[in-house]
Amino acid sequence: MSEYMVKAEGVHKRFGRLEVLKGISLEVAPASVMCLIGPSGSGKSTFLRCINHLEKIDRGRLWVDGELVGYRQANDTLYEQRESEIVRSRAKIGMVFQRFNLFPHMTAIDNVCLSQRMVLRRKSDDAEGRAQALLTRVGLADKMDEYPARLSGGQQQRVAIARALAMDPKVMLFDEVTSALDPELVKEVLDVMRELADEGMTMIVVTHEMGFAREVGDKVVFMDGGVIVEEGRPAQVLDSPGEERTKRFLGLVLEH
Amino acid sequence: MTGTEPPGEIQAVPVRHPGRWVAAALIAVLVAALARSVATNPRFEWGVVGHYLFSSRILDGLVVTLELTVLSMAIGIALGIVLALMRLSRSALVSGASWVYIWLLRGTPVLVQILFWYFFAALYPTVDLGIPFGPSFVHLDANSLITPFVAGMLALGLNEGAYMSEIVRAGIISVDEGQTDAAQALGMTRLQTMRRIVLPQAMRVVIPPTGNETISMLKTTSLVAFIGLADLLYAVQLIYAVNYKTISLLITASLWYLAVTSVLSIGQYYLERYFGRGSARETAPTLIQRIRGGFWPRHAEVESASQPPRLPEDHR
Ligand SMILES: Nc1ncnc2c1ncn2[C@@H]1O[C@H](COP(=O)(O)OP(=O)(O)OP(=O)(O)O)[C@@H](O)[C@H]1O
Ligand SMILES: [Mg+2]
Repeated sequence: MSEYMVKAEGVHKRFGRLEVLKGISLEVAPASVMCLIGPSGSGKSTFLRCINHLEKIDRGRLWVDGELVGYRQANDTLYEQRESEIVRSRAKIGMVFQRFNLFPHMTAIDNVCLSQRMVLRRKSDDAEGRAQALLTRVGLADKMDEYPARLSGGQQQRVAIARALAMDPKVMLFDEVTSALDPELVKEVLDVMRELADEGMTMIVVTHEMGFAREVGDKVVFMDGGVIVEEGRPAQVLDSPGEERTKRFLGLVLEH
Repeated sequence: MTGTEPPGEIQAVPVRHPGRWVAAALIAVLVAALARSVATNPRFEWGVVGHYLFSSRILDGLVVTLELTVLSMAIGIALGIVLALMRLSRSALVSGASWVYIWLLRGTPVLVQILFWYFFAALYPTVDLGIPFGPSFVHLDANSLITPFVAGMLALGLNEGAYMSEIVRAGIISVDEGQTDAAQALGMTRLQTMRRIVLPQAMRVVIPPTGNETISMLKTTSLVAFIGLADLLYAVQLIYAVNYKTISLLITASLWYLAVTSVLSIGQYYLERYFGRGSARETAPTLIQRIRGGFWPRHAEVESASQPPRLPEDHR
């Protein structure tokens, strides 16, 4: 096992002339939970999308599970990976989105089965067994045959988590997964994530839920304007931040 | 508060719509008058219509029309998907090629394209299959390869491809980008994502205009009369050129066109229902349920709609 599950070194990302990430370096240890906080537009989503190569980085290096993301290095030359290679490494990285992004034309269980069959080439029976187990685990045993439109937001998000877990990922990326949910539905999703953390899943969690970050996070990273401003243990960053910008942000978030 | 019973199920008297009843009565009178006039006017010669409706020449023409419609729509849809994907390609050359194709085929009359394929042999007397600029393996005589039927089918199909590509492209664009993100994050390739995630959802947007195109194609096929193909309309024309029963024979042909259009419309309804699965909280009723539910549907009928259509079992 490599020392770090995810490692970033000087990651830069530009959209046209807008530089969104300006040199992000960080390490996530296996079986640890890193919470990424920061104001809107600071580049949190972009950074997550770089980790599984949904966005190409312009400078720097990213490794997941000891393997370079998106490129192959031979001596001093970088080669872009072919799609088949990118696809293989993406399957090791689970991602859950703010807007769920369930496939609306498939039932919950088909949502969880599809990529198992298409990407991992699992047999239908195996995929279905795994899907049933996962959906039961996130508390949706009675909703397997429902289409997403008939599920509540919290239920949809739990299906999305089950769908990502079905690929047996080594690391899970969560991008503000409770932001689109009504307050009473937030807890059911956070509970699933908390359990996952307890079982030793490596997680990177972009969130505005400071309570969750404090309780579950092993490390909190505060990002602003495309750079990491401050990082450390949750108690340290959230309760006695060293930087002025962190204090201001936390003041705004904790106010309401 | 007075101690009344808790209110039970609502059984209110529905609002009356006198305007609707007046309109319905008016329509009924008009329809009856029209039907009577059409039925009793001897110049329609309904006997002639009945005589020719199932005659072999007309049925042969109908078969040609149906074959042309099905084959050229098949070519059009397949080509439309390819052209739409090319248009959306990141390579400027690929998307440009698609653009030029669409520009060329939409910009010239179909009739010209039909005639062009018909006279193809004059341009290229032989067709060689092989390596470009290299040896060729098969020599074909263009005259025997491109029969009038093949010319008509190619012209209509290749032309339809240009229109279908824009319909398919609109469907693809209508699918939320988050769907692609999710599929790619799960490790699906671009092709898998397109085939299993994007295209099935695009279908909801694609089917209604495709239904239009198919019905329009059914009638556009009559242009092949110009290259001597005996489709339904041409068969009818050949007959009335001899016996002068023009109106009756045109009615005969129209009845067939209407019959086929009806079947196509029903097919479209069920296709829409299948690809609309999961998009609404309630599954749409089948046509039968809908007719049984009356013309002013009550929600009770809609709610008891049948099982949601299932995804066909997949063995990939
Ligand atoms: N595909 C794109 N093209 C151009 N600009 C983009 C693109 N994606 C993101 N951006 C820009 O990059 C910046 C960072 O966006 P990002 O979504 O990463 O922020 P964020 O920290 O996740 O914010 P939020 O908390 O609102 O989700 C924003 O200014 C955004 O407008
Ligand atoms: Mg974001």
